[in-house]
Amino acid sequence: MIPYPTDHGAVSKVSTQVDSVFLFIAAITLFFFLLTQGTLIWFAFRYRRRKPGHDEPTPYITGNRMLETLWVVIPSILVIGIFVYGWIVFDNIRTPPPGAAEINVTARQWLYEFRYPDGASSVNEVRVPLGAPVRFVMTSSDVIHGFYLPAFRIKQDIVPGRYTDLWLQPEKTGSFDIFCTQYCGTGHSTMRAKMIVMDEPSFRKWRSGGRGSETGPMWMKGKALIERYGCLGCHSVDGVDRIGPTFKGLFGRKVEMEDGKAFFADESYFRESILDPTAKVVKGFDPVMPTYKGTLSDEDIAEIIAYMKTIR
Amino acid sequence: MADGYLEKRGFRAWAFTLDHKRVGVMYLWTTLTFFLVGGLFAELLRLKLMTPGPGFISDKTYNVFFTLHGALMIFLFIIPAIPSALGNFFIPLMIGARDVAFPRLNLASYWIFLAGIAVVLGSLAGPMDTGWTFYTPYSAKTGAAVTTLSFGLFLVGMSSILTGLNFIVTIHTLRAPGMSWTRLPLFIWGMYATSIIQVLATPVIGITFILLAAERLFGIGFFDPAKGGDPILFQHFFWFYSHPVVYVMILPAMGIISEIIPVFARKPIFGYKAIAYSSMAIALAGFLVWGHHMFVSGMSGVAAFIFSLLTFSVAVPTGVKVFNWIATLYRGSITFESPMLYALTFIFLFIIGGLTGPFLGSLGTNVQLHDTYFVVAHFHYTMMGGTVMGWLAGLHYWFPKMTGRMLNERLARRACLVMVAGFNVTFISMFILGYKGMPRRWAEYPVQYQTLHIIATVGSWFLAAGILAIMWNFWRSLTKGEIAPPNPWRGLTLEWTTPSPPPADNFEVLPTVTDWPYSYGRKEGRE
Amino acid sequence: MTGESSAHGENAGGAGGSARLGIWLFLATELLLFGGLFTAYTVFRLKDPGLFHAGSLRLDRMLGAANTVVLITSSLTVALGLDAIRQGKERALKICLSLTLLLAAAFLGIKAFEYAEHFAHREFPGTDLFFSLYFMMTGLHAIHILAGMVLFAGILWGASARKFSADYHTPVEISGLYWHFVDVVWIYLFPLLYLIG
Repeated sequence: MIPYPTDHGAVSKVSTQVDSVFLFIAAITLFFFLLTQGTLIWFAFRYRRRKPGHDEPTPYITGNRMLETLWVVIPSILVIGIFVYGWIVFDNIRTPPPGAAEINVTARQWLYEFRYPDGASSVNEVRVPLGAPVRFVMTSSDVIHGFYLPAFRIKQDIVPGRYTDLWLQPEKTGSFDIFCTQYCGTGHSTMRAKMIVMDEPSFRKWRSGGRGSETGPMWMKGKALIERYGCLGCHSVDGVDRIGPTFKGLFGRKVEMEDGKAFFADESYFRESILDPTAKVVKGFDPVMPTYKGTLSDEDIAEIIAYMKTIR
Repeated sequence: MADGYLEKRGFRAWAFTLDHKRVGVMYLWTTLTFFLVGGLFAELLRLKLMTPGPGFISDKTYNVFFTLHGALMIFLFIIPAIPSALGNFFIPLMIGARDVAFPRLNLASYWIFLAGIAVVLGSLAGPMDTGWTFYTPYSAKTGAAVTTLSFGLFLVGMSSILTGLNFIVTIHTLRAPGMSWTRLPLFIWGMYATSIIQVLATPVIGITFILLAAERLFGIGFFDPAKGGDPILFQHFFWFYSHPVVYVMILPAMGIISEIIPVFARKPIFGYKAIAYSSMAIALAGFLVWGHHMFVSGMSGVAAFIFSLLTFSVAVPTGVKVFNWIATLYRGSITFESPMLYALTFIFLFIIGGLTGPFLGSLGTNVQLHDTYFVVAHFHYTMMGGTVMGWLAGLHYWFPKMTGRMLNERLARRACLVMVAGFNVTFISMFILGYKGMPRRWAEYPVQYQTLHIIATVGSWFLAAGILAIMWNFWRSLTKGEIAPPNPWRGLTLEWTTPSPPPADNFEVLPTVTDWPYSYGRKEGRE
Repeated sequence: MTGESSAHGENAGGAGGSARLGIWLFLATELLLFGGLFTAYTVFRLKDPGLFHAGSLRLDRMLGAANTVVLITSSLTVALGLDAIRQGKERALKICLSLTLLLAAAFLGIKAFEYAEHFAHREFPGTDLFFSLYFMMTGLHAIHILAGMVLFAGILWGASARKFSADYHTPVEISGLYWHFVDVVWIYLFPLLYLIG
């Protein structure tokens, strides 16, 4: 069974702290749950009317100063306790240690673009080294998005026109989910990314290797690009139309636009649709695809088209 | 006259009535309709969520449906459901008045409400896909008919303001002789606090909708970073209204519970003043906590500190009410007719809703749980388990008074059990889903979550079956129910001194009040 | 049970009391409606004082000042009208109301002229945040002036039908309160928009 995105154990100091706050509140609320539900059910049972149609005499109690003071004072103290504990941990969540490596994140409908300090960039997949603090500096180029790492118990909205940030210090290697938690339109639920935590040696190797090290036929590189750049969030390869038309059998097919004009989906059409997606929108779909101009190189596009030709 | 206020028939007798009871009944029918429509959307959402991938409706349609579910339920059902329907019907009856202070304004409020609904329905030409929160910049950019919708909701808000205003003046000026503030039924206290919120918070959402429309029409740029504006400002405006308004939803329900518990426990309400003042405390504190909806939006640490602290201050008066209700049961002589059953269910579910609040109010855990199903479950426990259950308790309690007929008691109890079972299955699953990281408003989701989603969906079928059974009971009892006596539950509030249904002018002779309305039980122990 | 009908109970103020409480609540609502705009004004002015300074210089202070005088005078005529009807002088009330309507129309005329000037200089809502605020605030205020004119036209019509007297003049009173509120809003708008340059 695949574990839930939250269930990766103690992945950072902060995640452990958040879990402790959760347990602390759970203990207090469980006590009150049992107390209130217990007395509710017990009183309802114990003081039910025994003889049908005839009330037992009941005492004329209208209040009890002692009790009423107690149940104002005790909960007040407890909630202040919860507040203080929560605040301390929140402060840790928000304050990055000095010297954290910075990764820039630009979110847009419906993908995350990561930019490393050395200028390298990637889409929907970010790699960070084990044990070192990382700070994500984030902005959005269209609407508000969310950036949620369930395993790490942290989350931050990404707002256009300003920078927000989020930091973490992973203590476990693995692949972790990143979810968009702020509703951002049609593809909101497909806006997901991965954070891959690598141990120091493999991280260094990956970084020095760059992406030129990948070898293989063009179409395989194209396939990898399609997966990496989040295209499959909206386009399927199995013939099912989703937010966008399926890739299966698209190449070379005659497609119709909303205004009735038709054309063949050839190399130029694919190129145009990647760089200027709203220029020719297939009938029945909304013009919602973001441009990949500046994200994908000519080389990348050629590889993607090579892959398109293989999906029949 | 057996038919009481219902005697006159025909369209004009309803559409131009100045009788607060008829206006209340019209609100009841309208809000009930949108409750069922909103519920239908909920069931469609649940059906889609049984599969993790693309389903029988497209992702875009899913987004439209969850927006409609939220917007219809909140603006057209849950905000007006208790205040405008039951409040209209029972405030004058319970304070011993013949009508509200401004009957003509009251009728106008209803027609403005209907006009607003018509415009909202008109906006379905470009179905809204923004979520009921309308966050900018998305709401400023989407192709949906947000401008039309804003205008419709502005009208709905106007109706809400005028109703609140009417109630405040009514409660101030039309109380029967002898009905001092400390003899006021607690439902009236709840409605009073509610009305204050309606009058003071609703205009802010009004101006927010105007600005949103202006953003789309003229590009005024208040919420557009490209023009120097700030999308977060919209969230502040929005929640300045939309947080207090959750107390518009819950305070009247709490008032209903405070009426029902003493009647069926045959005991005075415990801590009258604490309950009355806590309503006011909640209403006032409710204005200061809106920021807790925005802890992860990038607000400053200081702001987060203050908003979290203030948020916890709402927990205490809320807890006080629950403790008081439970204490009222102590040494009572309790019977479990349907109103009481629904009222006890309210307490049971509301405790769960309330106790999951601190997880969200605490900053440390909020960050994790924000915008997940945990939030969805929490507010459904308070709004559905709380408000809807209180509303149903009120409807079962006052059905004989409003219609002159009794409900089918056995059906009412069974429906309650089925509904509550389904409700808990659905929303406890959602608590777990949220804790495990499932984000809200997702049409598709990772496959790990599927089992819990299926359980939630199956639960929602029982929930729906329970609701439908209740509706069937209402519908059937309108004509087939036993004739109701004036006071079937032996209540002491003034509405029970009138015939069922009450005559058009409520009281033949206006009553004089000599005691508070909770003098149940033995008298000798009195201070 | 005495069988006495207790006419008004605690309602000492009678129908006029209800109406007064009602209008004050309504004004509280209005205050918060404008409050949203004033909040936006504060936020954006703190963010970019230079823009507001420059924008303010683009407004015509003379016309703004003239409109302030017009509106204050109209408040005075309303107050005089109310005073007149309290003494049962119906004719004086009608004259005062007519003057108020005239002054309100003058205010809107001057405002329309200002708007036309701005449009001619290609200054629209959406030009920048200052002008967005200027048009939203003065626009919403102008709508309130219009509503007030409709109200006073109705009162004038009622006065012609001899509905008001020294004993009954609640509508005059509450319309007057509304008008003073609209006036006060302008007294804040004028310096905040015209005089910060």
